[in-house]
Amino acid sequence: MPNSSEGRLSEKVLKVRSKNAGPFWVTIDVFCGSSEAFGEVSTTLKTERVAQLYDVPLETLKRFDIPELNVVKFSLPRPVVQGSREDRDMHGAGWAVLLEEAALD
Amino acid sequence: MPTRVLVPSGVLGLGFDREALARGVAAKPDIIAIDGGSTDSGPFSLGGGVSKYSRAATKSEWRQLMQARAQAGVPLVLGTAGTCGTDATVEWMAEITRELAAELGQSVKVAKLYSSQPKERIAEALRAGRVTPLTPAPEVDAGRVLEMTNIVALAGAEQVQAALATGADIVLCGRTTDTATIAALPLARGDHAGGAWHGAKIAECGALCSTNPTSGVIMVDFDETGFTVEPLAGSACCTPHSVSAHMLYENADPFLLYEPGGCLDVRGAQYRALDERRVRVEGSRWIPGPYTVKLEGARVAGYQTTILAVLRNAHYVKHAREWVAKLTAFLEGEIDTRMGLKPGDYHMDFRLIGVDSALGAVENRNGDPVEVGVLGIVTAQTQETAAEIGKLINPFVLHYPLTEDEELPTFAFPYSPATTDRGELFEFALNHVLALDDPMAAFRLELEEIGHAEFV
Repeated sequence: MPNSSEGRLSEKVLKVRSKNAGPFWVTIDVFCGSSEAFGEVSTTLKTERVAQLYDVPLETLKRFDIPELNVVKFSLPRPVVQGSREDRDMHGAGWAVLLEEAALD
Repeated sequence: MPTRVLVPSGVLGLGFDREALARGVAAKPDIIAIDGGSTDSGPFSLGGGVSKYSRAATKSEWRQLMQARAQAGVPLVLGTAGTCGTDATVEWMAEITRELAAELGQSVKVAKLYSSQPKERIAEALRAGRVTPLTPAPEVDAGRVLEMTNIVALAGAEQVQAALATGADIVLCGRTTDTATIAALPLARGDHAGGAWHGAKIAECGALCSTNPTSGVIMVDFDETGFTVEPLAGSACCTPHSVSAHMLYENADPFLLYEPGGCLDVRGAQYRALDERRVRVEGSRWIPGPYTVKLEGARVAGYQTTILAVLRNAHYVKHAREWVAKLTAFLEGEIDTRMGLKPGDYHMDFRLIGVDSALGAVENRNGDPVEVGVLGIVTAQTQETAAEIGKLINPFVLHYPLTEDEELPTFAFPYSPATTDRGELFEFALNHVLALDDPMAAFRLELEEIGHAEFV
């Protein structure tokens, strides 16, 4: 992870948000804001890197590249079910920051 | 037949723009539909069968909607009453409706669609192979089903249509899918099925599909080829981007949406601006499938007591993790010695607020916090045990030293008593679907005349 914010995904895109998609999934939307940014994020943000960030098996991570919206979307089963004893983030809203702060290659 | 659906807000209890609602009523809708619930706040609402929203907020908004209904002369439908859609929260809304009808001098016919499932029915369906897990599904057997406090099935358009077919003025639904109350009438009138479900999905969060999400009110016109969506607040616009982007929201898959009896596929949808406020959508498809309804269930996974201390001393802030590790080991010994409980008999977790309390193990930033909140969460089989553990650990959370040769430290505590009993920890316990031969087989409809009692 870089020390400064330079090179981070948040510097390139409009917004990264995360939210529950029901009690068993979390979804993370990267709104790139322009087709240029989408092109860059879409090619340089590797699915493997995202799986590593969230510490989930690659095969459970769904990825959608949506050029019409300039959005890259990821969905993953919640490692802990929403509201269960180990859950730290009831709405899944804090998950976005990991991606937001990730350095692009 | 074209169908005009007025959606006052994404959820009852969150507020909406009153002028926009009045504009909607003046535009002569065929139905007013609003959602009342969600799983988003967690399992507590379903577990306890209670509403998340305040009764006062719910009642004041429902008053305006009952007035809007009377003025428009069309049915008013509430989906997922009382956040979770159990029979108890349908009753809660019925009671609010009765109070308001009396206060407003209204005579209304109310249909109540009940979605709560007798546990035995679900256990039996499970044994008969009619309950299928979705991914990822918690482990479940008939015994686990019988332990649950509440189970609901998510009604689709068919059950809402059955309620509307009674001629009710107001329909209070138990658990429905987010889209069902909006899609029901357009589907019943033969509008485009893909458009009906897609428009319902776009409208289910109210003005969230517009440029001014908090304005609430939107109108959707459904017809034989698609739908047109328009926000009714002067400050809000729908754009092809704002509308299509809403398919991402709280959806694991932005192109496919499973509903009772089929699946909506929006991959072929075209979004076109009609003007600066309205968006036209065509090309979405409805793919019929087997008739299944999703189940939601909650069980008690223990009882909790919490404690909160704040470390401000720089040495303790720096060594917070080490402190918690030593404290935990010490407390496990004390709990064993004094209560005879082993770590497997209860669960004790200290979360470091300001360090990694939101992300836990996947946190990858090391900060330099001024202070660290230590939130202790104890979960046990009974509230009594959790409370007892909380009291037992309290003095040590207050004074436990990092090293043996130092004067006893004292940490900041924000309240007295230091511990808080949280009651039941509910857990979502089902992510399954139930196969039905007849859509109404798992649902119950009751009619009630309010304000007509003397004529019955």
